[in-house]
Amino acid sequence: MSEWTEQTNGSTSDLDQEIGRPSMVLDVVVRAEFHALLVASLWLLFVGHNLPGGGFVGGLVVVAAFGLRLAAGGSAELLKSLRIRSEVVLSLGLLVATGTALLGLVNDGTLLQSRELHVTLPWLGEIATSSAFFFDLGVYLVVVGSFHWLLEVFSEPESEGDFE
Amino acid sequence: MNVLIILPVILPILAAAISTLLKASRTSQRVLSILAVTGSLVASIILLFEVKQQGPVVSAVGGWVAPFGIALVADMFSALILVVSLVTVLSVLVFSFGSRRNDEMWQFHPAFLVLTAGVSLAFLTGDLFNLFVSFEVALVASYVLITLGSRAEQIRNGITYVVINIVISIFFLTGIAFIYAAFGTVNFADLSLKLGSAEESLRIALALLFLVIFGAKAAMFPVFSWLPDSYPVARAPIVAVFAGLLTKMGVYSLIRVESTVFLGGGIGTIVLVLAGFTMVVGVLGAIAQNDVKRILSFHIVSQIGYMLIGLGLFTTAGLAASVMFIIHQIPVKTSLFLVSGAIEESAGTTALDHVGGLRKRLPFLALMFGLAAASIAGLPPFSGFIGKLSIVEAGLSAQSYAIIAVSLIVSVLTLFSMAKIWSGTFWGEFETAQPGDVLVRTGHRTMMGATGMLVAVTIAIAVFAGPIYALCEEAAADLIDPTRYIAAVMGK
Amino acid sequence: MTTLVALVVAMLYGIGVYMILQRSLIRIVLGLSLLSHGANLLLLTSGGSAGVAAFIGRFTGDDKVVDPVPQAFVLTAIVISFAMTAFCLALAYRSWRLTGNDDVAQDEEDVRLAEMIATRNGKP
Repeated sequence: MSEWTEQTNGSTSDLDQEIGRPSMVLDVVVRAEFHALLVASLWLLFVGHNLPGGGFVGGLVVVAAFGLRLAAGGSAELLKSLRIRSEVVLSLGLLVATGTALLGLVNDGTLLQSRELHVTLPWLGEIATSSAFFFDLGVYLVVVGSFHWLLEVFSEPESEGDFE
Repeated sequence: MNVLIILPVILPILAAAISTLLKASRTSQRVLSILAVTGSLVASIILLFEVKQQGPVVSAVGGWVAPFGIALVADMFSALILVVSLVTVLSVLVFSFGSRRNDEMWQFHPAFLVLTAGVSLAFLTGDLFNLFVSFEVALVASYVLITLGSRAEQIRNGITYVVINIVISIFFLTGIAFIYAAFGTVNFADLSLKLGSAEESLRIALALLFLVIFGAKAAMFPVFSWLPDSYPVARAPIVAVFAGLLTKMGVYSLIRVESTVFLGGGIGTIVLVLAGFTMVVGVLGAIAQNDVKRILSFHIVSQIGYMLIGLGLFTTAGLAASVMFIIHQIPVKTSLFLVSGAIEESAGTTALDHVGGLRKRLPFLALMFGLAAASIAGLPPFSGFIGKLSIVEAGLSAQSYAIIAVSLIVSVLTLFSMAKIWSGTFWGEFETAQPGDVLVRTGHRTMMGATGMLVAVTIAIAVFAGPIYALCEEAAADLIDPTRYIAAVMGK
Repeated sequence: MTTLVALVVAMLYGIGVYMILQRSLIRIVLGLSLLSHGANLLLLTSGGSAGVAAFIGRFTGDDKVVDPVPQAFVLTAIVISFAMTAFCLALAYRSWRLTGNDDVAQDEEDVRLAEMIATRNGKP
C-alpha cells in the first residue's frame, strides 16, 4: 500500500512541475475579470424572476470564476477566493431556501407559496420583487458553497486526505 | 394545506442544514438528528390516524392545484410505510451512536438526514417527476454514505452502485418523457384518469417500461446483481438503513405506479414469473455465500420477490398481503443487518469461517438474531409468518398455485441459510478474528438497545397483526380502485 | 424536426451506452453525461412543437406558446446530472489516488469464482 502511494506521489509531483507552472497571461486575465464575473452572477440572480437567469445559473458563474482562479493560481488562490468555509455557505443557503418555503406556509398556509414584495430602500427607491427571490438566493448560496467545496477537494494537496 | 404531510420532508432537510453548521460538536449533531427524526415520526403517526379517519390527505405545494402543481398525497399505503420507515430510521440512528467509527466523520449526520427526507418525500409524493427528484435526493445521500471514509474497496464497489443507479435514473427520466409526450401530465391521479381511456398497447408498453425501471431500483431479477455486490462494503448502520429502505422505495414506487396509475396494466403474469425467479435466485445466492453481510444482502433480493407476488396477483387480498409483507420486512431486515454490525464490532469480522461460539459471550445478541431470523424465515408466531400466510392465502384464492409452491420452497431455503448463519457465528467453538475475547465497548449497550427496539417493533407487528392487516386491506382497496385517491387529489 | 431530434437522441444514447461499458472510469463518467443529455433532449421534445417562450409579456394572443413544464423538468434534471457528474469525477479522482489508475477494478468475488471453476475443471 505504502509503495503505491509513494509511486503516485512521485509521479504527480513530476506532473505538478510540468503543468503547475503559472501562466502570466491567464493570471492577468483572471485578475481582470474575476470581479466582473461576480457582478454578472449577481445580475443573473436578480433578473432571474422574469428573465432567463436565476440562482442556479448565477451560482455557476461564481463557481466558474473560482475555477479560473484555481487554474491561474492553484489551491492557495482558490482558498483565498472565499473567506467563509464553503460548507457553511452551503448550509446557510439551504436554510434560506427552506426558510422561505416555510415562510409561505406561515403566511399563506401553503408551502413555497410566493408573494409579491414591494420595498422602498434608501437611494434605490421602490423595488418590486417576489418572495421567490429569497428561495433563489438560497439556491445561489447552495450552488456556490457545494461547488467551491468540490473544487477544494479536487485541488487539495496530495499528502493529506489519503485515508488508510 | 396540511402541515403534517410536509413535516417528514422539511424537518430532516432543515436539520441537515443546521447539522452542517454544528459540525464541530458531535453531541449537538446527534441531538439534532434525533429531534428531527422523532418529529417526523410523530407527524407521520398523526398523519396515519388522519388518513384512517378521513381518507387520503392531499396538499398542493405552492398553492398550485393538481394536475398543474406538485401534490403531496398521503393515503393508507404511503402513511403505513412512512411510519414503519421512520421507526426504522430512528433505531438505526440510535445504533449508529454506539457503533465505532461511524459518525466519526461529521458528514454522516447531514447525509443521513437528507436520506431520510428523500425517503419520506418518495412515499408522500403524488407526481411522477417529484418521485424522480425524491429518488435522486435519497440516492445522492446514499452515494455519500456508501463511500464515506473512501477506503479502496468502498470506492470500487461504490462505483458499481453509483453507476447502476445513475443509469436507472436516466431510464426513469426517459420513461417520464414518454409519459409526458403521450398524456401531457405527470400527476398520478390525472394520469390514472387519462390512461383509463388510452390504448391497451400503449398502456402495456409504458407499464413494462416502469416495471424495468422500478424493478432495477428494487433489485428484481434479472437486474439485481448490483445489490449484493455493493451493500456489504458499507458500514453496518448505513447498510442497515439501505437494506430497510432503499429497495423498498423501489417496491413502493412499483406498486404505486402499476396499480394507481396503470390499474394493473395487464402485466400480472410477467410480474409473477419475475417474482418467482427473484425469490429463487436470491435465496440460492444466499446459500452459496460465506459471510453474514453477503448472505443477508442476497436475502434482500429474495424477499423482494415475495413483495411482488401481490402485485402480480393484483387482487385486494394479494396487494394487502404485499403491503403487510413490506411492513414486516423493513424492520426485520434492518435489525438483521444491525446484528451483523454488532458481530463485526465485537468479533472483528462477519466471515462465517472466522467467527463462532458467540452465543455464550453475547447472549442478548444471539437472542435478537434468533428472533429476527425466525421472523424472516416465516416461523409462527412471528411477523414473517403472518406476512407469508397472507400471501399464500391470496395466492390460493387467486388459484396461482405455482408461485405459492415456489414461495414455500424458498421459505424453507431461507430457514436453511439463517440456520447457516446461526451455526456459523453463534454455535460451535468460540473463535474471533482478533486475539483474545470478544470486544465489548462502551457503545455496545446503545447498539443492543437499538437492535432490541427494532426487534420489539417486529414482535409488536406480529401481536397487533389483526388491526395492522385491516389497515393493509384498506390500503389495498385504494390501490385496486383509486377512485378515492383521484377524487382527493383532483378535488372531486 | 422530431425525426432529427429522435436521431440525435438515439446517437447520444448509443454512444453513452458504449462508453459506460468501457473499463476506464473517466469514460464511464463521460458516457453517463452523454446519456443524461440524450434523456434531457428527449424530455424537451416531449413538450410538443416549438413556440414563443412562456414568459409574461413576451407573447400576444395568437402566438404559439411552448409548453414550459418539460423545460422545468429538464432544468431540474440538468442540475441533478450536474451534481452526479461532479460526484462521479470525485470518485474517479479518489480511485486514481488510491490505486494509481482510474480503471474499475476486478470484482474479488468474480475472481474467486473464476478460480474455483478453473480448479474444478482441472486447470491450474
